[in-house]
This record gives sequence, structure tokens and C-alpha cells, in this order.
Amino acid sequence: MGYLRVTILLAVPLLLQLSVPSRAQTGPQPSPPPFATTPEDGQWTIPQKNFASTRYSDLSEISAENVKNLQVAFTFSTGVNKGQESAPLVVGSTMYVLSPYPNILYALDLTQPGAPMKWQYNPKPAAAAQGVACCDVVNRGPTFSNGKVFFTTLDAHVVAVNAETGEEVWKTKLGYINRGETMTMAPLVVKDKVIVGISGGEYGVRGWIQALDANSGQSLWKAYSTGPDQDVKIGPDFKPFYDSDKGKDLGVTTWPADAWQQGGGSVWGWISYDPDLNLIYYGTGNPGPWNASQRPGDNKWTAGIFARDADSGEARWFYQTAPHDLHDWDGINEMILLDMEWEGKPRKVLVHPGRTGFVYVVDRTTGEVLSAKPFAALTAVTGVDLKTGRLQYNADKAPVINRVVRDICPTASGSKDWNPSAFSHKTGILYIPHENLCMDWESVEANYIAGTPYVGAEVRVHPGPGGHMGEFSAWDVREGKELWTINERFPLWSGALATAGDVVFYGNMEGWFKAVHARTGEVLWQFKTASGIIGQPTTYRGPDGKQYVAILSGVGGWAGAIVSGDLDPRDGTAATGFVNAMRDLKNVTTTGGTLYVFKLP
Amino acid sequence: MKVYLVLPLVAFALAACEREDREYRANPMTAESQEKIALVPLSAGPSGPTEYRSGLGKEYEENAFHISQGQRFYTWFNCNGCHANGGGGSGPALMDDRWIYGGQIENIVQTIREGRPNGMPSFRRKIPDDQIWEIAAYVRSMGRNVPKAAAPGRKDDMSPGPAEQRRPPGQVIDGGQVPPSAQMPQ
Repeated sequence: MGYLRVTILLAVPLLLQLSVPSRAQTGPQPSPPPFATTPEDGQWTIPQKNFASTRYSDLSEISAENVKNLQVAFTFSTGVNKGQESAPLVVGSTMYVLSPYPNILYALDLTQPGAPMKWQYNPKPAAAAQGVACCDVVNRGPTFSNGKVFFTTLDAHVVAVNAETGEEVWKTKLGYINRGETMTMAPLVVKDKVIVGISGGEYGVRGWIQALDANSGQSLWKAYSTGPDQDVKIGPDFKPFYDSDKGKDLGVTTWPADAWQQGGGSVWGWISYDPDLNLIYYGTGNPGPWNASQRPGDNKWTAGIFARDADSGEARWFYQTAPHDLHDWDGINEMILLDMEWEGKPRKVLVHPGRTGFVYVVDRTTGEVLSAKPFAALTAVTGVDLKTGRLQYNADKAPVINRVVRDICPTASGSKDWNPSAFSHKTGILYIPHENLCMDWESVEANYIAGTPYVGAEVRVHPGPGGHMGEFSAWDVREGKELWTINERFPLWSGALATAGDVVFYGNMEGWFKAVHARTGEVLWQFKTASGIIGQPTTYRGPDGKQYVAILSGVGGWAGAIVSGDLDPRDGTAATGFVNAMRDLKNVTTTGGTLYVFKLP
Repeated sequence: MKVYLVLPLVAFALAACEREDREYRANPMTAESQEKIALVPLSAGPSGPTEYRSGLGKEYEENAFHISQGQRFYTWFNCNGCHANGGGGSGPALMDDRWIYGGQIENIVQTIREGRPNGMPSFRRKIPDDQIWEIAAYVRSMGRNVPKAAAPGRKDDMSPGPAEQRRPPGQVIDGGQVPPSAQMPQ
């Protein structure tokens, strides 16, 4: 059938036998940069764990041998039965848990039995914001820095809360729901700057990223994803690697007249930071509307990766993962910063498992793509041309106005959506929770009405080859090959966590929280939580010196909207087509919002 | 004997005329129908809520032309962006039987016009009154709360499932749940 997957499947048994012993002979595995390998303090203070976003903990009390004995230490209800995409944080002896809309922040006292609540802070966001949240009313986590907890609210505010007392330090409004602007991402704090971006790629927003003063909430710089160079903060320092990103005001000229003003490029995913280069890395979202025929051109600077100076916001380089995006393939997925040897030379790289279905290995100093290897079944794209950097679309699967094009893989949410991978510093393996989904797509004319969706596509998602919809894959970054994979009935919408105990954690939408062997993929332990899991597992050392693992259970998000939004399974196009694939989810799980924390007896 | 055959045919033909009945003059933008309806079945006193319906609702929801116009406007005004083809998305499903803010056509008109607290935008003065009624009539057809003869058949775009006309007659259960996220603890 032309699925790239076929070759991968054939290669798996071979790799399982050869990959581990052969590693030593073929050169070193990629390693985390020095700034991500500071001695383990047992905390988990930002969702990414460290600036390199490896989501790896050096704690090893919970190991492949004893993980089977894990048991529940305590639970906590967030009080909100919507998609729980957030990461529980631990700073000192306090755990911070953030709910979906209405975005309530809870502080739990880990020194007391049962971790009772210390305080809660409710920012009371506008209820109407729920109407411009495309894919459930999720939030991807708070972040901690220097005595404050920072997070975004659905009605586009950023809040700073005193981490000790729960008192609001400042609250800044950055967007307008009447323009379809919301906020769902976890901020990243870099040197007293809180960096955040705007959501709303399905509402014709004009995406941006912005840095606020951590002490006052005042805006320090703001860079748009579309429009004139000045607005995008493209200046003399901007040196993209590929020619198609060079030229004046491409954020205007690669669009039909004025279309860039509703052009999307929202910023709602993950930011990484390299303190040595002083660069932040993040992705821009899909161009709007989804119907690509309404926006001929490359649609800069949407669906790509930006490197920017953390102090000034000035762009350093850009790489477009999906020029003139056809299928909603945002570039917002996690950017994992690693050091690795590439063709005999040491390189500082950025690893990005993209929605397009490729794991991109990019030189993070220059923006050069070193490799882009497929990690899922693909029909709509054939590869990435490493000379020009361009994604190669399969013309047979390109959308046509008012005609249904079938079996487009990956689907709109991509081979992988926002849910972040983990990189084990110990095994050198990348663990990618992802999807095996395809879709039928019909482009239709979209009308721009501010504050309402701007999409222009009828979509029906269906399972990819094999019939399973989720995969948890161990990935050899240097070789660009899958080492092993665990198939899941439903798409994987939860993040991954890697630990020095050679145990990797993730959850599935049925509600199982799983611990798997970091080298073999053997499922060592699993626990059925109350609802489907779409959250980000974290681990920490408690005040009692023991290692704990935490996860939020509560299904939802785009994939789980059928349950969290009580959608009608008879309409396959519901939730922008995701319901077609998820009809059975209502028979498997119900809504929830519970924190689970596990420990050894 | 023949009369018995002809009579039903005439009746069918007449019914068909009404099914297709249409007004050619649109309402002025500022016009607004004034139905007096309640949002709940409960009232003070045993008699139930005091309501007054002008009959406009029946005119719209039993008329195939209005419903089909409503189907067109439903997409034009981006209703489908949140409610899909009735199954819902960021907004609730419209083809099911649960109605948070009332499922009579008058309630739906009011919901479109006024907006609702948990995300439904207000469309007052953005959509002409008669077109709001037509959209509401189409929304009623999604759960087959309109006569089968007036409900739309298969549409030209991607099939989301069986057409409105082929769905079994629906019912309206008032007081569906406000999405749990709207209930703030604290």
C-alpha cells in the first residue's frame, strides 16, 4: 500500500536484537547538553523538567525490578471533569496542580499524610472563553520560577502566584476572546522573563509569542508569526538556513493580500531554551483557515520552528516544517535539545517529532535539518528534501474544494500532537507517545467572522494501518529508527516520562497508567485510573526521601472531546472529525479529574 | 371509488405546497420577533410557566424551504465550526435530545440571538431575524424534531452520518447539563 510503516515493521525484530549491543561499536548515542544534566534535586519544577525538555529524572529508587510493587500514595480531585493535560509540579515539599478551565491552581502539602491542600487560587476566567477553545478547555501546566508559579488562563491572561501563600502577584490580559484568542500553553521562564504564546489557530487569530517581566507582568517583547518583518522581529540577526526563508517581509508576501492578518501561526506548544546560545526554540501553529486554497503561498511563518534571542526576541533562524500547510500540521510539538555526533562532528541539535510524521533532527545553531525520518504510517507526504528543507507532499492526497480526498495519513492532529516525548539520559533513547491515524478531508469555503471558527474543512478521522490508533515508540535518534513500539487501541494523548530506574511512564485513553522497561518496552506494571489519561507524568523525591510518580487522570482534549464534551457519536465530523475514530470511547471511559500519586510500599 | 384515490393525492399535493411555502421579502435587520417563552418547565404556582407563542415557530420548522435555507446559513455563519454537523465539538451536540437552554425553536432562536454563558456567542444584529429562525428550524431538524417531509435529505458534502430526514423522530429533554467545567469550585 505504499505505507512507509511496512519497512519499519519489518525492521523491528532485527533492531530489537541488534540495537542494544551494536550501539557501542557505531559511536556514542546523543546525550543531553550540560545545562540539562545538573545534579538531580528530586524536584519537578517545570513541565519540561529542564530547559532541554528531556523530561528525564535521575531518580532511580523505582526501578525495572521493583516497579511492579507501585501503589497509590494519595489522590486529589481537581474538581473539574474536563481534559487534564497538565503536569503536576513539585517544588520543595509542595505539589502544584492546575485544572483545566476554570484554571484553578492547587497547592498540596507533601509533608502531611495524604498531601492535604495548602491553598487554592482561582483566577475566575470568563466563562465565554469556552466558546473559542477549539479542542476542549485544556491547560498544559503551570511553571515555577524564583518563588512564583506562572500559568495561562483560557481567557488569555497570564498569572503569577506567590508559591508560598497562593496570593496573586500579578495578572496580565494578553488577548481578546472576541477575536478568538485563548491561552492553553505552559509558560517558560527564562532569566526573569515569562514567555507565553496565544492559542486560536482555528479562529483566524494572528499568532504571537511574548515575553513578560516575571516581577511585574509587563510586556518586554512580542513577536508575531505573520506580517511584516518588524512585527515578526526579523532583523539583521536573522539567518535562516534555507533560501525559501530568505527575503523581505515574507510574512506578508507569501499570503494573499491581508490574509496574514487572520493567518494563524498560534503559539500553544512547548518552548525549550539553550542558555549557552541564549536562544529559545518553539513552534508556530497551522495557518488559517485549514482550507489551503484560500491562502496560496508558503504562509510564513506558520507551521515551523523559530529560534529567537531570549533577551530581545529577535529571530535567529526559522525552519518551516509544513510550507503552505495542507492539513493542520502545526509545528508546536516539543523541541528536545541534545548534543550528538553527526558524520564525525559534534553538533548541538534539536529533536522534534513533528505532526508531519517525521522526527526532525535540526542543528540548533543554524537551523539546518540533519535528518527527518518517518515514525508513523504516511501517505500524504513522501519525505523531506534535505537540500531545500522542504516537506514533499503527495499530490494525490492534496485537498480539493468540495471533493472528499480519502486515506490521508497522518491525520489533522498529526502523527503526533502536543503530548511530549521523553529522552532518557541513561539509555539515549527517545520515547514518543503518538498516533496511528488517517483521515478523509473535504475543503470547503471558510468565512472569517471574528470570534467564530475559521476552518473550512469537513474531516473524518479513522484508524491507520493495523487498526490500532496509538503507539508508544522507542526511537533511536541517531539512526532515525524505531527500536520497539507498543500498540494502543486509542490515540496516545499523554506525555512520557523517563527515569534513571530504566522505567518509562505514560498513560492511555482507557485510563491505564503504564510503566514500561526503557530498553525492551516490556510493560512492567499498570494501574487503571478513574478516567482516560491525557496528562503528563512527573516524578519527584518526597520529603520522606522516597520517589513518587504523579499523573492526572481525566479524559478530554481534541481526541477525547467526545467524552469531555458529551458529543454525539452519530456525527463522524464532530470535534473536527475526531469523533469518527473515537465513537467507542464513550463505552470505555467517562470524564474525570483526579491526581494519582504512586510510590513503592 | 375513484374519489377515494384522488382525495388523498389532492391532500398530499396541498401539503406539499405548504411544505415549500416561502416569503420573498426579508425582515429588516432591526426587526426582532417577540415570543414570550420560559427557559424552564418549573414555575411559581401549579399552572406551569406563562408563555405566549405567535405561531412563527411552526411556520419555520414545518417548512422545507426554511429548513434548507437554515442549513446553508448554519455553515455560512460558522455554526458548524463549533457544533459540527450536529454532533458538536467545542459547542454541545445539537442532534441529541438534551437541551441545556431549551429545545423548542423559540428557545433556540433566543440562544442564537442572546448567546449563552458558557461560550455561545450572541448573534443579535449580526444575522437577520428571519435567518435566525431558519437556522433554528434547521437545528430542530438535526434531532428530527421537525416533520419528516420537511427535514433535509442527503447533503452534497462529506457524509457525517444518516441525513436528517432518515433519522428517527426525536424528543426534547429540557435541562441538559451545563458542561461541568462551568461549575467552579470555591
